[in-house]
Amino acid sequence: MELTFYIAAAVATVATILTITRYNIIHALLYLVVSFLAVAVVFFTLGAPFMAALEIIIYAGAIVVLIIFVIMMLNLTHEDVDKEKAWLTPRVWVGPAILSLVLLAELAYIILAPDTQPTEALVAVDARVVGMSLYGPYMLGVQLCGILLMAGIVGAYHLGRQKKKVVHRFLQPKEGRSAAI
Amino acid sequence: METAAPNYFLIIGGVLFVMLNVAAALIWVERRMLALWQDRYGPNRAGPFGLLIVAADSIKLFFKQDWVPPFADKPVFVLAPAIVVISVLLSFVVIPFAPGIIVADLNIGLLFFLAMSSMGAYSIILGGWSSNNKYSLLGAMRGAAQMISYEVFMGLALMGVVLMAGSFNLREIVEAQRGLWFFIPQILGFIIFFIAGIAETHRLPFDIPEAESELIAGFHSEYSGMKFGMFFIGEYMGITLISCMLVTLYFGGWLGPDFLPPIVWFIIKVVAFLMIFILLRASMPRPRYDQLMEYGWKILLPLTLVNLMVTAAVLLWLES
Repeated sequence: MELTFYIAAAVATVATILTITRYNIIHALLYLVVSFLAVAVVFFTLGAPFMAALEIIIYAGAIVVLIIFVIMMLNLTHEDVDKEKAWLTPRVWVGPAILSLVLLAELAYIILAPDTQPTEALVAVDARVVGMSLYGPYMLGVQLCGILLMAGIVGAYHLGRQKKKVVHRFLQPKEGRSAAI
Repeated sequence: METAAPNYFLIIGGVLFVMLNVAAALIWVERRMLALWQDRYGPNRAGPFGLLIVAADSIKLFFKQDWVPPFADKPVFVLAPAIVVISVLLSFVVIPFAPGIIVADLNIGLLFFLAMSSMGAYSIILGGWSSNNKYSLLGAMRGAAQMISYEVFMGLALMGVVLMAGSFNLREIVEAQRGLWFFIPQILGFIIFFIAGIAETHRLPFDIPEAESELIAGFHSEYSGMKFGMFFIGEYMGITLISCMLVTLYFGGWLGPDFLPPIVWFIIKVVAFLMIFILLRASMPRPRYDQLMEYGWKILLPLTLVNLMVTAAVLLWLES
């Protein structure tokens, strides 16, 4: 099980790096999917099978599909890839690299420092436990998420509202004749 | 399953062998049954009852030129047909065919099935996008929208079953149906899951991503040879998978009177559902794309939510 964890973690890291460095955006998103799948395996090996399943269903299965859906509509060509290459000069990498280094140093400190080692053993967290904590101590968070999603739906409805629905000119109701639909 | 441990590889091999052969045999079954329902003969020349048409079809697929168009995105183009077969085959891992005949008795079996079926959407999207063809792209976009929206109702409809069984484990769901098969208390969930299952496998009447009369086969227009064969087999295995899930979740899985062994009951029920899938193809016209989406979001989604709420309320009422 431990070996599985390390392999999955390595795959996740490599896939994420490839996600950032690809110029072709669909290939980048495919690596992102691989990264999500690897993270799901990591969750599974750490004793959270429910989170692993949700990671695949929601992130890999729905969100990335929606992103790809939007990108397909943009009709990207080779010129866009070249343009992106021109944008990604070495100078662009400096800022993110410094921020990432700070995070990496913190992570190394957490892993290496003796007083931050986890003391209790791994416990499997199944769906029931997740549900109990979501609707127990974290009730407020669930409700806030609900409000956020509601706001998103209302906004999407406002943007995507159709003025008038035209099915076909022969199927439109005319004067003197009742609707034929 | 402790008893299953010694012949573990036998089960894996058996499931793989049976599923791949069922997919091939379904080609013949479908053509013969379609012919029967449409008052024709169907393929009846090669071998007894035309059975050798399966061999002929497979040989034809293997020996056709496997052409990758020069304008296609090669790695993605090659990857796409593999995804559909892999994701469907992986879903069979969690299906309990009979007591002891299950590859992996996962606690999150049902969620694993949902996860794999959502992965299946990638094969359509990537296949259509990498073909670099307008018809394929249109098919891929339709497929993506259709599969994502119908996954929502699929998952929500299944939650009624989960509420009644109190588990995501498919074996425990079957065991929970000893008294009463779930299709009676969950009739609404069953109907919605069935419709969503047809949309998920993009079968007729919901084969809008391919729609040969308007999109010239849609997302797999550019595919030839065995790459097309993978999409083809993936579709038939998808039907088998949905039939297996319908039987496991709503029709008591392997449960049945004692005079037949459990696996036979399971097979009988699955074959009955396969026949319904084929009969649907023979009899239903294809809806328009916007009709399909409106039907999903405006009718099925509210119905699913009502079903879920009523199920939960009744269960709470019975408990108190």
